[in-house]
Amino acid sequence: MQDKDKTRRKVLIGLTSAVGLSGLPFAATPFIAAWNPSAKAKAAGAPVKLDVSKMQFGQQIQVSWRKQPVFIIRHTKESLASLQLTLPKLADPNSDLISEPYKGLFPTRSKSSEYSVMSGVCTHLGCAPKYFPEVEPKSWDATWSGGFFCPCHGSMFDIVGRVFKGVPAPTNLIVPPHMFEGSILTIGEDKEL
Amino acid sequence: MSEIAGKLFSWVNDRLPIVNTFERHLSKHPVPSKVNFWYLFGALASVVLIIQIVSGIWLIMPYSNTEEEAFSSIEYIMRDVDYGWVIRYIHTTGASMFFAVVYLHMFRGLLYGSYQKPKELVWIFGCTIYLAMMAEGFLGYVLPYGQMSYWGAQVIISLFGAIPYIGESLELWVRGDYYISGITVSRFFALHVVALPLVLIALVFLHLVALHEVGAGNPEGVDIEEFLDDDGVPLDSVPFFPYKVLNALVGIGVFMTVFAIIMFFFPEGGGYFIEMANFQEANPLVTPDHIAPVWYYAPFFTMLRAVPDPLGGLIVMGSAVAIFFVVPWLDRSNVASIRYKGIYSKIALVLFGVSFLTLGYLGTVGVTEVRKTMSVICTVIYFAFFLLMPVYTKYEKTKQVPKRL
Repeated sequence: MQDKDKTRRKVLIGLTSAVGLSGLPFAATPFIAAWNPSAKAKAAGAPVKLDVSKMQFGQQIQVSWRKQPVFIIRHTKESLASLQLTLPKLADPNSDLISEPYKGLFPTRSKSSEYSVMSGVCTHLGCAPKYFPEVEPKSWDATWSGGFFCPCHGSMFDIVGRVFKGVPAPTNLIVPPHMFEGSILTIGEDKEL
Repeated sequence: MSEIAGKLFSWVNDRLPIVNTFERHLSKHPVPSKVNFWYLFGALASVVLIIQIVSGIWLIMPYSNTEEEAFSSIEYIMRDVDYGWVIRYIHTTGASMFFAVVYLHMFRGLLYGSYQKPKELVWIFGCTIYLAMMAEGFLGYVLPYGQMSYWGAQVIISLFGAIPYIGESLELWVRGDYYISGITVSRFFALHVVALPLVLIALVFLHLVALHEVGAGNPEGVDIEEFLDDDGVPLDSVPFFPYKVLNALVGIGVFMTVFAIIMFFFPEGGGYFIEMANFQEANPLVTPDHIAPVWYYAPFFTMLRAVPDPLGGLIVMGSAVAIFFVVPWLDRSNVASIRYKGIYSKIALVLFGVSFLTLGYLGTVGVTEVRKTMSVICTVIYFAFFLLMPVYTKYEKTKQVPKRL
């Protein structure tokens, strides 16, 4: 074979391979896209609505949005006042490390001055922190003044879900988009956002 | 009659290399004449692989991969299917036994330098098998859709979330839903029963082909290729068949006895083989009080937990597995076997073994301050074993390796 032909063969092999390879993303698309949430899964993940006016003061309820726990807490005036006490223990009191939708609006971190709405998923590895509102010494903290304790890896949060210093969880509990229409709370949607 | 059989055999053999393959890989394949029990675990691993494939195929038949039925189909297997409990316990015991023999097999590698030139590729295929096994074990653990299936998967999948920028969408893509649902279970099922077993079988094939190309090692680290007889067969070797095969059968017999004892009398392994929380159906709203991995992931789980930052933890845990791949290039010793290595290597290997077992223990118990400190120390020792290997293997006094086995 002549050198000229060898070069020609190389060019042809290169071109054929390039054209062939350019088809790869197209061929891969259905296989990758089939792993996205299906239309049915998306519909099941739609916003949830509930009436929160019947909640007791200091009560925490848990609703399921996208099968994940969302905590709703109706605070008392005393518990909101006690937020000052835990301030020195907090790692990120103003939620500077995360993008929070209602930052600086209320001490509750929500769109309401009375209720807190937060995802009940620990920001460390996704467990559900447990609510311990009582002010009393605990095995994990002798000066406990109410909040959340994660049983998996020992992360601690205050009653509005702000993370303590020196625990595995890196950030405050996430506040999901939500809105209040009277006493009707919608989780997963906020028309003003 | 025998004449017809002989004719039929040669007809097939002319078209399929039966005799050639048998001779090359079995009856004429030379293996070192003196090895010890540490050299059994490879054979045991292939036995468990077959057990897992057969029991797995039988479990697919009654299992249901939907969110509503996954958990109840396991109960159905355990209670209503004739001998279903035996088949399931074979599979669950097999999973733990698979890891047990593979860990011992890997330790043998570290003990006798089974990764050294020219066996680097054998080692790398082996590490890849281990990686595939970890994935296979994890996927399988999710299928019963019990509490520990759910929350264990939650922890593992959220590891993807620790990856910057793409983490969250990657998590959603892996789950295919906003939580670990039937959609996730059924895709894990497909991967567990089809995709990964194919990968595993292919890798085992490559592991063995590469091994047969370079030849098996021995506890002395003697190169048996140095002294050959007139036919070019190593003097210190015996044919794999029948010598090693019959030898291995004794080991397999002992192993099967242990297997059967666990399977019939301690199938849950005290909560280490099947965790108690997994006897409850998955509930996304309730975290079990104590989330622990099954024992074979425990050392790596402890390392993950030892680092406060999730991304850091992910990197440490990933590196702990990945570092095995480069061991052939970390060991700078002029001898292979621990018997001829110096005192530093011996101390390092003991420390490594102790720290690995301690990490395993710590992964199965709750966190306290003392245990946290211990897990950090053991993680450091674990990595020091590998990262300092180029130093301590090079600058130590080794013993003279004999010429013959």
